[in-house]
Amino acid sequence: MNELNSEQANDTQSPTRTVDVSSVLGEKSKDIGALASCIDIEHLNLYYAKDKQALIDINLTIPKQRVTAFIGPSGCGKSSLLRCFNRMNDLVDDCVIEGLVALDGDDIYQKSVDVADLRRRVGMVFQKPNPFPKSIYENVAYGLRIQGINSKRILDEAVEKSLKAAALWDEVKDRLNDSALGMSGGQQQRLVIARTIAVEPEVLLLDEPASALDPISTLKIEELINELKNDYTIVIVTHNMQQAARVSDYTAFMYMGNMVEFDATDTIFTNPREKQTEDYITGRYG
Amino acid sequence: MKTQMSTWMRRGTPWVWLNAGAVAISILMVVGLLALLTVRGMSHFWPRDVMQGNYAPPTSSGELLSTQVIGEFVESEMVISAQIASSGIPVNEAQGFYERQLLKLGNRDLTGADFTWVLSDFVHDVEYPQNVIALERREWGNFYGHLSGIKENSELISFSGDALAIEAARWNDFNERLERALDIRDDIYVIENQEIGQINYAMERLRLRERRLELDQELTPEALAEIDSDRAELDEEYDLLQVQLIALYETVNRDSAIFVAANDEETEVSFADIVRAYKPNQLSLVGKIGTYFLKLGEFLTAEPREANTEGGIFPAIFGTVMMVMLMSVFVTPFGVVAAVYLREYARQGFITRAIRIAVNNLAGVPSIVYGVFGLGFFIYILGAEVDQIFYPEALPAPTFGTPGLLWASLTLALLTVPVVIVATEEGLARIPRSVREGSLALGATKFETLWRVVLPMASPAMMTGLILAVARAAGEVAPLMLVGVVKLAPSLPLDGNYPYLHLEQKFMHLGFHIYDVGFQSPNIEAARPLVFATALLLVIVIAGLNLTAVALRNHLREKYKALDV
Repeated sequence: MNELNSEQANDTQSPTRTVDVSSVLGEKSKDIGALASCIDIEHLNLYYAKDKQALIDINLTIPKQRVTAFIGPSGCGKSSLLRCFNRMNDLVDDCVIEGLVALDGDDIYQKSVDVADLRRRVGMVFQKPNPFPKSIYENVAYGLRIQGINSKRILDEAVEKSLKAAALWDEVKDRLNDSALGMSGGQQQRLVIARTIAVEPEVLLLDEPASALDPISTLKIEELINELKNDYTIVIVTHNMQQAARVSDYTAFMYMGNMVEFDATDTIFTNPREKQTEDYITGRYG
Repeated sequence: MKTQMSTWMRRGTPWVWLNAGAVAISILMVVGLLALLTVRGMSHFWPRDVMQGNYAPPTSSGELLSTQVIGEFVESEMVISAQIASSGIPVNEAQGFYERQLLKLGNRDLTGADFTWVLSDFVHDVEYPQNVIALERREWGNFYGHLSGIKENSELISFSGDALAIEAARWNDFNERLERALDIRDDIYVIENQEIGQINYAMERLRLRERRLELDQELTPEALAEIDSDRAELDEEYDLLQVQLIALYETVNRDSAIFVAANDEETEVSFADIVRAYKPNQLSLVGKIGTYFLKLGEFLTAEPREANTEGGIFPAIFGTVMMVMLMSVFVTPFGVVAAVYLREYARQGFITRAIRIAVNNLAGVPSIVYGVFGLGFFIYILGAEVDQIFYPEALPAPTFGTPGLLWASLTLALLTVPVVIVATEEGLARIPRSVREGSLALGATKFETLWRVVLPMASPAMMTGLILAVARAAGEVAPLMLVGVVKLAPSLPLDGNYPYLHLEQKFMHLGFHIYDVGFQSPNIEAARPLVFATALLLVIVIAGLNLTAVALRNHLREKYKALDV
């Protein structure tokens, strides 16, 4: 029920934002060097209700083919921001978004944007592994099947390629037709990643992908992120600062809906500009 | 002591006992009900020994009137002697109680009633003669007596030897002739019910075609000639069968048997009228078990006789299952689609809440109201309209404008649709949001997500709805009496005549059968065990239908088990 209404609702919101994309690109690229940008966010405000603002005037550029981490205490708006990138917030009733989110220079909240197509381009992995109650093979093939691809040869190839990319192939190649629900949590999460990259997205959004996993599975996921960053732009939300330090190239620190600081990960962890960031990183609060 | 009591209370021991007690009582009641139905219903088919004795109750005039009784013992009970005295039998009132027995004497054609109560104290010379025969007949119920002769073409057959040899030879000959008669009976049944039935059906279709052409004003001489030639062909076939039938009837009526019933009353029974004959007092345990299962089999597979008090109830079983299946076919898609709209597409708010309340209340409307609605709307309005448009040739005789299988199924579908809606809605609500998001995040639209992930995962809940619907519908009787169930349906709603499934036909139903046999029957004593047997069967049929659905649901659950991670 929510999904439908909010999809309609968002169409009507689009015209409220009038920001010139090109100006944003020019301005932001200075901050993080001469990297090509992937997602540009300008003056983004998000309200879950009239008096409940979750994101306050966010300005940010996510660089292409790099790992960007969002850190911050619970409820600071990291996930809300992430969910703006593939319009998952559309599913929330009464959620109002103002400002600009552009993928490769195109405003994704434009009326003409096909949300399903956008979500194919911007894949998302959730906190809890959420495989479908289908076989491992069908889980990975799901995204392709809904695109109308039913050729066995193409599907076989894509499934193998995606499972290999997700470092899962060797573990499951003999039981592709078993239910995905019989896998361990870490395997399930890698399956979900494989499922996501099977549709060849440009961006991977990872919403605390390792928070429900044990340390070994977490390590595997982190190794996987390191390998995937050559081909994908990755945005990861994490509670775990060590994880952010290990896997990301850039880090954004958020607090109470504000983007406090965004810079190269090394800079953030060694020489933060803001006092708030330093306090959080050194564990003084949060 | 007091502290002991309070710890006992605090530990919740009485609470546990209360809970366990409630469960125990429930189980006891269910088991008791099933046991009662089984014992009273299933014992009916057991071939009991036939007793023979002299019954001489005291009379007010003092003279001794002794009558011979031959029959099966059914049950006994204690009666206050004053009650017996006041009914005109001068018994010794000082005795207090007298035992009386219910005997099944059969022979309704001779005595007028086939059950009688006798006072045990006045039954003398009780014996169980080896040669007494129990007959099941097509008319007049059971017969008990001794075989005294066999006639072929009205000529008495003679047997030689001593008394024992004659008796044995006669019984053998009787059984051979009975077998022959039963075979011929089968042939007659095939001709009467199937072949002639088919011809009648074809004739009726021809008549309707002619009428149709006439109504459309397309009845050209050529078409008429074609119809007439078809009709002549059918007439010819019919005549042929008629000749066969007459010949068969003559052969089947060739033999008859002479019996001596109680009080030396002699009677002649045609072999054509006998369904089964056995000597109950001679049967060994194995023989009795064999006869028991034969009778049980007949009950399950044969058509009813004698105003439903004899024979089987197969048409009622068939009608019940058929109706429930049709209802499932109607109710499941309808309820599921409605629930999907309510839960997934409709904007949640005042109106959906109001609809939900209305749906829930619909489940509480008395079923007879649905019957009245079905009669008024489906039959008189919809059915009459269907007749006007599609079956004008049959008018004024209604085709769908009269109670029938289709309308009964639809009425019950309407009655059970709230259950399916509620169950499906709950199933949809339980699908984790994360799975829906997972599908949407892969670029699936809402419809694709519903169709490929959510609905399959909610299918066990739909099955739960269907199970509840089946359980309710199979046991429903009141609305059916208005929209399609009859005491005796001439044919099954599914047969070999095009279009095979006759949705417009009336049908028999186990629930109504119980009511009819139990409360509308002229022969209460004969019907009573059948009420129990039919009730047991109804329970078994419902349980069977439910277990099928449960098995299906478990399979689906295993396949789409929800994520508990």
